[in-house]
Amino acid sequence: MKINQISVFLENKFGRLNEILAILSEENIKIVAATVADTSEYGILRLLTSDQQRAYSLLKGSNVSANLSEVIAIAIEPCIGSFSSAVSYFTKAGIDIEYMYCFSLNGKAMLVLRTNNIAAAYDVIRKNNMNYMKEEDMMGL
Amino acid sequence: MKEYWQEELETMKRPDLEKLQVERLKKTVELAMNSPFYGNIFKERKITPESIKSLEDLQRFPFTVKDDLRSHYPFGLSSVPLEKVVRLHSSSGTTGNPTVILHTQKDLDEWANQVARCMYMVGVRNTDVFQNTSGYGMFTGGLGFQYGAERLGALTVPAAAGNSRRQIKFIMDFGTTAVHAIPSYATRLAEVFMEMGIDPRKDTKLKTMFIGAEPHSEEQRKRIEQLFGVKAYNSFGMSEMNGPGVAFECKEQNGLHIWEDYVIVEIVNPVTLEPVKDGEIGEMVLTTINREAMPLFRYRTRDLTCIIPGDCPCGRTHRRIARIKGRSDDMMIVKGVNIFPIQIEKILMNFKELGMNYLITIETIENNDEMLVEVELGDTVRVDDYALLQNLTKAITHQLKDEILLTPKVKLVERGTLPQSDGKAVRVKDLRKNH
Ligand SMILES: [Zn+2]
Repeated sequence: MKINQISVFLENKFGRLNEILAILSEENIKIVAATVADTSEYGILRLLTSDQQRAYSLLKGSNVSANLSEVIAIAIEPCIGSFSSAVSYFTKAGIDIEYMYCFSLNGKAMLVLRTNNIAAAYDVIRKNNMNYMKEEDMMGL
Repeated sequence: MKEYWQEELETMKRPDLEKLQVERLKKTVELAMNSPFYGNIFKERKITPESIKSLEDLQRFPFTVKDDLRSHYPFGLSSVPLEKVVRLHSSSGTTGNPTVILHTQKDLDEWANQVARCMYMVGVRNTDVFQNTSGYGMFTGGLGFQYGAERLGALTVPAAAGNSRRQIKFIMDFGTTAVHAIPSYATRLAEVFMEMGIDPRKDTKLKTMFIGAEPHSEEQRKRIEQLFGVKAYNSFGMSEMNGPGVAFECKEQNGLHIWEDYVIVEIVNPVTLEPVKDGEIGEMVLTTINREAMPLFRYRTRDLTCIIPGDCPCGRTHRRIARIKGRSDDMMIVKGVNIFPIQIEKILMNFKELGMNYLITIETIENNDEMLVEVELGDTVRVDDYALLQNLTKAITHQLKDEILLTPKVKLVERGTLPQSDGKAVRVKDLRKNH
């Protein structure tokens, strides 16, 4: 049920993001979600794609500094309070969220989060009957 | 079985060894007075055998540099009449004149003894079969090892350089147990073994390898040891000091014993030429005290190393030098501080999160010298962890400051964006106007 997110180390150099995305688009890999965390020195690009394993080996093959890390993606209803309550379940269970970002998929909001205690996070998901996305679900999107 | 080739000399108490050095220095001065080059210098500086009382007197000698050898090519530094000279070795001159080193028969005997001592130290005996993959001819790694191994009594195979399949056939047919090879060739040989479907760890009798003549890292040594299932020993020589035999590792593999009954070793700051403390990196300066035909006094080797402080568990009292750390010409002066790229490299290589490539840039910003250290990330680092990257940068900066005493700007960069590491890659870019 876990998802392997691709993280890419990006030097702050003009055109670098474009080069990296081109490596994937040339191989018909679709970007499902992307976010860039930025500092003055470098950026960290986080990616979910239609084929994580293939995307990862393509990037590695092009000598891109990248690695895989496990994240969770849960679906929340697009209504007031759903986001807050989802986060509160994790907070109550004492789960520390390292970072998170959102994207929308088929009219639903998807919440991607990274924690150092994935197993505990899944306990919370099961207990509260939340919908989550598997890596297979992204294939062919 | 005895452990030492020459126990008395190798384990001599330091005061006795230093006394021997003074005696031999005197004798060497007496000889060198006959050379056109040193004859003049000694007259000017009033250096005579009688005037030498202790090793301190060495400070009265000027340094000798490679250019002195070039400008007195070929026989200007000869201390004996040519009829006593039996061999010469010449190093190829890529710029200007080549250099020449002359030997009397006694010099050759002493050199062979020196190499035999080195080989015996790591367990080579007269029952061993030793194969030398060095080029022969002018290159000293060939004949130097040949005569040393023969002196020791090992069955010596002068295979010479190249033709890897033939090398392997010799290793198999003659039951070779010890090999001398430059590190890059050792790695190449391992590949050919694999291509031939032979596992050198199981299918050969190899147990010892002498690797030298080419700078190499500890990782390279470990790799060679694993590939061949041998112990590989760092072996230092230089043509101006005969060739192989100057300083070799003992079985402890922690520093190279430099034979102080053959040379007097000094480590100096390459700019001030003042001696540095044990453990501190500087340029190695050598004085030959066991050579007749062509003694050299305070010869600046340009090699950077340091004396490893403390005694070696093997019992030898001759001091140890560390693996050669680069050339003294690499030194940079930033904000009045002398810095060697190797100091920075040493720190960077300790971080497992980092790759092998780095680039040091020095430039003047608002009248200040600033240093930028760019280093590539390693393959396994978790790049999604911002805190980790930030802490990594901080830790590198901190450790570099401790080592070089000024604070560089540290920048992590993507893999493959800096010049490739091949041992000779440009590591320093000095953009200051006066450089
Ligand atoms: Zn030792």
